[in-house]
Amino acid sequence: MSGSSARLSLLACGPLVTVQDAGRPGFLSQGLARGGAADRHALAEAAALLGSAGAAIETPGSPLTLRAEADTVLALTGAEMRADLAGRTLAWHASHAVAAGDVLTLRPLGLGTYSYVTPLGGVLGPQIMGSRAAHLIAGIGRALAPGDALEIGGGQMPPRRLSPVPDRWSGGALRIVPTPQTRLFSQAELARFEASEFARSPRGNRQGVRLDGPSFSTEGQLNLLSDFVLPGDIQMTGDGVPYILGPECQTTGGYPRIGHVIEADLPRALQAPAGLSVRFCFVTVGEARAARPGPAVTAPLVQDPRDVDLWNKQLIGGVVSAKEG
Amino acid sequence: MSETFPRIEPLGEAALLVRFADRLDDAANRACVAFRAALEADPPAGVIETASSLGSVLVRADGDLAGVLADLVASRDWAAVPPPPRRLWSIPCSYGGADGPQLAEAAEMAGLSESEAATALSSARVRVLALGFAPGMPYLGILPEVWDLPRQTGLTPKVPDGALVVAVRQFVLFGTEAPTGWRQVGLTAFGCFEPSRARPIALSPGDEVVFPAVSPEELRARAAVDETQHGGANWEALA
Repeated sequence: MSGSSARLSLLACGPLVTVQDAGRPGFLSQGLARGGAADRHALAEAAALLGSAGAAIETPGSPLTLRAEADTVLALTGAEMRADLAGRTLAWHASHAVAAGDVLTLRPLGLGTYSYVTPLGGVLGPQIMGSRAAHLIAGIGRALAPGDALEIGGGQMPPRRLSPVPDRWSGGALRIVPTPQTRLFSQAELARFEASEFARSPRGNRQGVRLDGPSFSTEGQLNLLSDFVLPGDIQMTGDGVPYILGPECQTTGGYPRIGHVIEADLPRALQAPAGLSVRFCFVTVGEARAARPGPAVTAPLVQDPRDVDLWNKQLIGGVVSAKEG
Repeated sequence: MSETFPRIEPLGEAALLVRFADRLDDAANRACVAFRAALEADPPAGVIETASSLGSVLVRADGDLAGVLADLVASRDWAAVPPPPRRLWSIPCSYGGADGPQLAEAAEMAGLSESEAATALSSARVRVLALGFAPGMPYLGILPEVWDLPRQTGLTPKVPDGALVVAVRQFVLFGTEAPTGWRQVGLTAFGCFEPSRARPIALSPGDEVVFPAVSPEELRARAAVDETQHGGANWEALA
């Protein structure tokens, strides 16, 4: 089934839950950052699980309760949450058939930051400047709220899982390339930067993530002409505190950027839960491009024994249809 | 360290930055606009997006275009290339009073009376040097040297959407309520960014702008009947 009648109803919804897709490239010259999903790899994984790309619901760990108003398939990707559907706990990093009337409850586990629910066919509804992504800083779209009903593609397909299960929630070394301002920092300062450990601060959002740790300064030059900044840039503010810029960062800025987190590692930078340790190491642009991930690999979803037990009980009770077959 | 311009450097792993200057310079900004227009008119294979800022052009591309861009940069004096097709905007502005609470202070710093300052600012024809800070928000200049006013040491906690502010030989036209270190000399009803509009962002780098003076009443009356949500502004094409 497809068409405009399929919907997901939001029964409960914490703060800053939004619709996200690949964002709006092409408006840098007019001051609008691309925006879109904070964890772009999670969008690609949902597309691999569902066989097609579509807009997702992104939650920064806020709890969420959804009711399917039509049979559909939902992909659960990004930071793992506890997902309960009609009495069973669903595997994360997988897609699941849900029936009209099923209620899905998501609760944070503190494993990472951004989680995604993507319906087969994607979240529909009007596009603004070629995208359905909310960009709250720019005033495009809004945060979702209880009572919202999202039009979705709908349809059915066999459930699948990601194999191997991704890990973007453990912090560690993030690879960076130099920026045009890297050379404003002395060699000693750059060496100290690479040798330092930082903790992701609880102060972070889709504009950027603050890093707690040592501070760094350039040699003199403070009056930089405002120039382009990109998501992934590590910006040193006036007091030397580093911020990793996110998808809703400004398009230009005058603070020096000591480095730029490569595309392969930016989702790990933005997914690190508060307090997790990260560090940085310089690589070349060639190494950065070579590190870009290939397509996500999926496999048929086989229920784990816990689920099968529950399923059998439900079968005995005659409650469940063959929707997971 | 000594720098020579233009220079080409990587920006991230998927873009190059062609920098024409590292300080505010009218000729370098004109070069940026002209160079970007040439890229847009005849994009080298692999170019995905181009953008110009105060002193540089960003080129997002598949593959390495450094050699192609270096040849194009060297092919002519980009500051001397005639400007590409653009718009001349006339954006009505109410100067001074409650709509421009720092006009008197800015005028004094410029060595002018308040009415001389309003006359000078309302007749200045400026260029959109770059857009940034918020979507569609223009930096406009370059104003005569008397307007080389330093930013305030403290921030004004809040200027309204539509505020016209001045510092360092530039105007900024706010598209959103925001704090600023620049001085507010007037108010417009120009929507820099209206997602619901067919053309959500009105201005592009290289557009020319004048801010003719209107009374507070006329500003509001014209904005109220402007179905295009441009606060009574109009534009003509410049070839």
